[in-house]
Amino acid sequence: MSEQKPGWRELPFGAIPYKSSLEYHTGDWGVERPEFDLEKCTRCTLCHFYCPEGAISFDAGHPEVDLRYCKGCGICANECPAGAIRMVRKG
Amino acid sequence: MSKAITLKEAVKKPDLLASGHRLCAGCAEPIIARLVLKASRGAIIATTATGCLEVATTIFPYSAWRIPWIHTAFENAAATASGIEAAWRAMRRKGRGPLAKYETLDVVAFAGDGGTYDIGLQALSGALERGHDFTYVLLDNEAYMNTGIQRSGGTPYCAWTTTSPAGTVIPGKREWKKPIDEIVIAHEIPYTATVSPAYPLDLMQKARAAFETEGPAFIHAISPCCRGWRFPPNKTIEVARLAVETCFFPLYECRVEDGRPIYKLSPPSLAIAKRPERKKPVEEYLKIQGRFRHLFRPERRGDLIERIQRWVDRRWEMLLEKAGL
Ligand code: SF4
Ligand code: SF4
Repeated sequence: MSEQKPGWRELPFGAIPYKSSLEYHTGDWGVERPEFDLEKCTRCTLCHFYCPEGAISFDAGHPEVDLRYCKGCGICANECPAGAIRMVRKG
Repeated sequence: MSKAITLKEAVKKPDLLASGHRLCAGCAEPIIARLVLKASRGAIIATTATGCLEVATTIFPYSAWRIPWIHTAFENAAATASGIEAAWRAMRRKGRGPLAKYETLDVVAFAGDGGTYDIGLQALSGALERGHDFTYVLLDNEAYMNTGIQRSGGTPYCAWTTTSPAGTVIPGKREWKKPIDEIVIAHEIPYTATVSPAYPLDLMQKARAAFETEGPAFIHAISPCCRGWRFPPNKTIEVARLAVETCFFPLYECRVEDGRPIYKLSPPSLAIAKRPERKKPVEEYLKIQGRFRHLFRPERRGDLIERIQRWVDRRWEMLLEKAGL
């Protein structure tokens, strides 16, 4: 016989994912990462909106990638209207 | 009305869907969800039907949602959204409860095509009919992707899926895509719009319009899936753009005013309406997706491609008529 399982009264209230996914780094999923040519970049910000990971920020006034989360999909490089993004091998 | 959305302002607004979610590399769904959430006015609560977005953003113990979020089963995203809105109204009326302090509340339900065209249609229809003040976002990746690419009511004609395999007997799915927008608009809800992640500003503006709408609002987003549609992950936005440029998925808004649906084409589709020579053949959209490969190899199935083109043309002409163009 297995031990007595807790009844519903003893279960914690709700089942809430309680940690931010920010603690889960998806940056090791892909082999490539974007490299920005800031001379060519027009600061159009499209790469920020197209990135599925929200990994490209403009906090510094120019695009910066957070490699902890970038999955290397290559969308940013494919879409940059100025051709300012090149995919290169990570590491 | 809050201030108009601009890319310049929106880029500064922190993402309400955090990084670290586990949707596939190149998935369109987080792009669409991020853009919708950027258009929120203030307090916002989300609920997600079972689907890729739900399972990949809430893998225990992690959550990518930086806003209150409620799990929903496959069939009842719209019912959960109705409940959220009703609870908020009750708390406002009584002047107590955690939601009582919010003058406006954006209630948003995200569901996939399975959770909308098929399993969630009844709950959606009920919520639209009851007139709840919420926004429903359909993330249409045109099959049950999270369980292994099974066909849904949203899967287009001739698309290969694991339950509509293309072979010598059938050429992929034998039925046409269900006209979900017409079904929704027939409920005479105040606001319906189609969006593509290839046009971020248009998408955010429509999401804002949906949030500002009093009563139900429906946003239908085409959500290319590199795994299920069989294209490289860096082409997601390209595919989402071609869907619009070929008029396979035209962009428009429909407001029901005084009981009448008023259709308005959005700039990318309006440009094609004005200069029809810009309309690309649907073949360009089909041939970059592996799920339609059997239309081109081992031999070109001109008959089927032509049939799809006629479907696109007919629906586009019907839309132009509705928009008075
Ligand atoms: S898309 Fe290209 S040009 Fe635009 S901000 Fe990003 S890197 Fe710069
Ligand atoms: S490669 Fe993909 S995940 Fe990485 S920054 Fe570019 S768009 Fe984002």
